[in-house]
Amino acid sequence: MLTDALRMVSLSDTGMVRDLNEDSVALRPELGVAVLADGMGGYNAGEVASGMAVSTIADGLVQDWNSEALLTLDHNAAIRLSQSVLQTQIKAANAAIHAAAQNDAQCEGMGTTLVACLFYDNFLTVGHLGDSRLYRLRGEIFEQITRDHSMLQEQIDAGMISKENAHLSNNRNLITRALGVVPEEEAEMHSYEVRADDLFLICSDGLHGMIDEAQIADTLTMLRANLNMAAQQLVQAANDAGGKDNVSVILVRVMKSFAAMR
Amino acid sequence: MAKLILSFENTVLKTIPLDKERITIGRRPDNDIQIDNLAVSGLHAVITTIVNDSVIEDHQSTNGTIVNGQTVQKHMLQHNDVIELGKHKLRFLSDAPAYQDYAKTVVIRKPGTAEATVRAADVPTVLPPAAPAAPAAAPAAPAAAHAPVREATLQVLSGAAVGRVLELNKSLTTIGKAGVQVVAFTRRPVGYFVAQVEGEQPALFNGEPLGEHPRQLNDQDTVEIAGTKMRFVYK
Repeated sequence: MLTDALRMVSLSDTGMVRDLNEDSVALRPELGVAVLADGMGGYNAGEVASGMAVSTIADGLVQDWNSEALLTLDHNAAIRLSQSVLQTQIKAANAAIHAAAQNDAQCEGMGTTLVACLFYDNFLTVGHLGDSRLYRLRGEIFEQITRDHSMLQEQIDAGMISKENAHLSNNRNLITRALGVVPEEEAEMHSYEVRADDLFLICSDGLHGMIDEAQIADTLTMLRANLNMAAQQLVQAANDAGGKDNVSVILVRVMKSFAAMR
Repeated sequence: MAKLILSFENTVLKTIPLDKERITIGRRPDNDIQIDNLAVSGLHAVITTIVNDSVIEDHQSTNGTIVNGQTVQKHMLQHNDVIELGKHKLRFLSDAPAYQDYAKTVVIRKPGTAEATVRAADVPTVLPPAAPAAPAAAPAAPAAAHAPVREATLQVLSGAAVGRVLELNKSLTTIGKAGVQVVAFTRRPVGYFVAQVEGEQPALFNGEPLGEHPRQLNDQDTVEIAGTKMRFVYK
């Protein structure tokens, strides 16, 4: 049972500066699904966009990610199917958000970042757009798994800024890809093998933009036994550092192997 | 748009807007900023601007490129930085708004050409940050948040390590035995807090069971973790 193998918690906070929380999160632990979105747009359009993203994708997976059909597939076929099913939901979410933006002046141009994770058969498939991130703590190694779609990342890739100096950049809020802003869009999609004791963190830039990765890694290492406390500590640390944006986290701890029963 | 103020021996010569992605500085006339002085190399340095970031890079100049008194190879320019090339100075004035930190995320097209322009049609309609007063008001909280935290320690009162003093100098310190009983001490701008992370048996806070909800620590409070008693003491 996935709910025995995967422990999931989420926490989303408006932060210390913003009036509205335009981040959204959705968990479907029984299906191994975790989705986070950080919305943008005028008025409360960000909230609309991110809310549509997580509910369309989570509900879509509940419909289409059929574990019985999966039993006939081998490991690699299951990986391929997970990518295709997840991408289908993401494209549908993009279309829905884009259409809603066209129909409502207050939602014009709205969009959202996205990190959508699907855990199955000891692998994880993740689709992402924008600068919300997936990290993994495995043993003592804490690693950023997704690569930001942002101006800042392009500058780092081009050698213009070092990662250490990234916090000095004034381009931190510029992302290059998002969900809902163009008529057709798909996420960057990858699959990774997952081991028992892995701890995954999905977060919006309200976290990684306020506290450094060393502090995130230490917090997860020391509080892994209590995911709720770890989530609260991360959000608190971001708020103590200024809380300049909405901050949301999802933590997924792999308690044991979750090989598919074939 | 960001700009540079060129001066020589305290006389301002001109203002140069950073209106191109690549601006060259040197003695040769084909440079965007020509500085006619022997201390300046033919092509001395280049400033690359991508949207709100400007980076200056030395171009193997003879006398080096100095920013705020330090020789640099590559440096991200901050408001009021002073670049020295020979006896000429260039002061960098950023135009990134004061509320940049609070600016909401926007989607920007990848630059197809050398210029990374933000096309209005592609950018979500973003209202100015919550009331222009907010950025002025908000810093009050972070300023207070960054007031120096009073140093504190834990003194071990019992057990094998009696007499030991543990510094609480990190934002998070955990004490105890994984799988048995672990307690977390957090150091925050507003003070120190303690909470139980895991363990079937309750840790004790001033003799009472300590729960998962963080409790604020006052001078001389005691905590008992797996039978070992400790006292919280401000330095």
